[in-house]
Amino acid sequence: MSIATTTAREVTQSLATGRSKEHGPAALIFLGLLWFSMFFGVVVLLVLIIDTIIEGSSRFDGALLTEYGSRVSPETTGFRAGILGSAWLMVFTALFAVPLGIAAALYLEEFANRDRWWNRLIELNLQNLAAVPSIVYGLLAVAVMALLGFDNSGTVLGGAIALALLILPVIIITTREAVRAVPREIRDGSLALGATVWQTTWRQTLPSAIPGIATGTILGLSRAIGEAAPLVVVGLAGSVRFDPEGLLSSITALPMQIFSLTSQSQEDFQTAASAAIVVLLVMILGLNGLAIFIRNKFQRTW
Amino acid sequence: MPANAAYANSRTPAGHVPDPLVDAHDGESRGLPDMPPDPVMEAFGLNVYYGDFHAVHDVNLSFGRHEITALIGPSGCGKSTVLRCLNRMNDLVTGARVEGEVTYHGQNMYARNVDPIAVRTHIGMVFQKPNPFPKSIYDNIAYGPKVTGMKVENMDDLVEGALRGAALWDEVKDKLKQSAYGLSGGQQQRLCIARTIATKPDVILMDEPCSALDPIATARVEDLMHELRSDYTIIIVTHNMQQAARVSDRTAFFTARADETTGNRTGLLVEFDRTSQMFSAPRDKRTEDYISGRFG
Repeated sequence: MSIATTTAREVTQSLATGRSKEHGPAALIFLGLLWFSMFFGVVVLLVLIIDTIIEGSSRFDGALLTEYGSRVSPETTGFRAGILGSAWLMVFTALFAVPLGIAAALYLEEFANRDRWWNRLIELNLQNLAAVPSIVYGLLAVAVMALLGFDNSGTVLGGAIALALLILPVIIITTREAVRAVPREIRDGSLALGATVWQTTWRQTLPSAIPGIATGTILGLSRAIGEAAPLVVVGLAGSVRFDPEGLLSSITALPMQIFSLTSQSQEDFQTAASAAIVVLLVMILGLNGLAIFIRNKFQRTW
Repeated sequence: MPANAAYANSRTPAGHVPDPLVDAHDGESRGLPDMPPDPVMEAFGLNVYYGDFHAVHDVNLSFGRHEITALIGPSGCGKSTVLRCLNRMNDLVTGARVEGEVTYHGQNMYARNVDPIAVRTHIGMVFQKPNPFPKSIYDNIAYGPKVTGMKVENMDDLVEGALRGAALWDEVKDKLKQSAYGLSGGQQQRLCIARTIATKPDVILMDEPCSALDPIATARVEDLMHELRSDYTIIIVTHNMQQAARVSDRTAFFTARADETTGNRTGLLVEFDRTSQMFSAPRDKRTEDYISGRFG
């Protein structure tokens, strides 16, 4: 038998062992732990959602969406005011937060000199702002409303200020990432043609970053729509019996209405709250779906 | 200016050695004088610093009208830095500092009252990687004239003229409204050249314009450069010595010298000469070593 044959046989023996080191007992136990951890999170969430859906299933009717809240007839109480209030809040939150957030992000990315200590300080604070408890923004909004001279801060304006402050850091951070993703070459190309930094930002960088900015904004809004804590502080009512009419009309929001109903003892209110939670979940899922759609549809590979 | 003694000296051409690289070139037949007789741009004592880092040391160069000047040298020798000084693109790098003078028709472009934006409308630039804007082919060309506020009688004519000038018109005339990203790499680079000439510059800077292109696209861009020479002054940075030999009238060879204490490499100009001269009879040992492939 030649040397070559012997070597080949040895190689075969050492390679084709019929086992795999990837599947030793320790590796399998570790894998099992990972699976368990993952299932724990997913299963808890699923149980919660399914339980809520089952509990609220008897109230999936038109009245849920079209009726105002009612103490007298809990079986037909509705969330018209809350849904409309949340919608108004989202519109004005976006109106306040988006221009401010984009402008701040553009300044930091395109104009700020990173060697200056105050710009670095602003950046550091932005990261921290995103982690501030939402209730603090509620307090801030109350202060702002008082400074502006409004007695009643439980209005569209007060709520929108609170939520806008809440999601401003999110919008700034995602916008900065979107702006940073626009390649340096595009800016250089524009500047080399004799465009100013301002023109380059306005005509090249910003349009290219819009899909990313839209995605970040929508994700920020989907966080804001589920918030109750800052709205409680701002003083939004748990229930109102009219539609919002303007910036200064008192409103309620869907999370607020759910919050106030869950503290009621009647079974029908609990059911209605569960149904409203499902409505809120659908709204949030809708927003997230929109964000994913925009990202996939307009995302550019450079 | 000891580093540029070669540049300052006048000299007589050494005996001509036949060389295939040089024979492809027409500099000899054009009867170029030793130095650019009518320089459009000149650099005097140009030093560039990035913070404390001395990137380029004391460069003196002159760029003749309707000539193609190639800047060659190993990586990190500061040739791209020099190029970016010529239209003040280095201003955009934080910490960059330029000493010395760069003149354009005798005007120092680093004088206090000079607007870098205005400089860039006279001195266009084409980059290493084709960088069309994420817009239509038409809008890519129209962008420059629009942002610089150029008086344009008929934008369609201007777009067509620029695309014809960049030898791209026949390939794209039926899809002007389509995205520039649908073009091939070579077409994109010619679009970038068309975009640059649309603003009617005087000088075109090219920073390794063919390094991202295949040989066929490279040949087309080189042909285009020869055509453009009759209307523009072209300054090109290239890694490719054959390219420098093929396209340029004059060549500046840079190298890097390491600082003895810090180890930082500072770029300096070794030799500046007619391309035919430099590739047949380089005057400096370092140039000869580089050109013959012994280093770099």
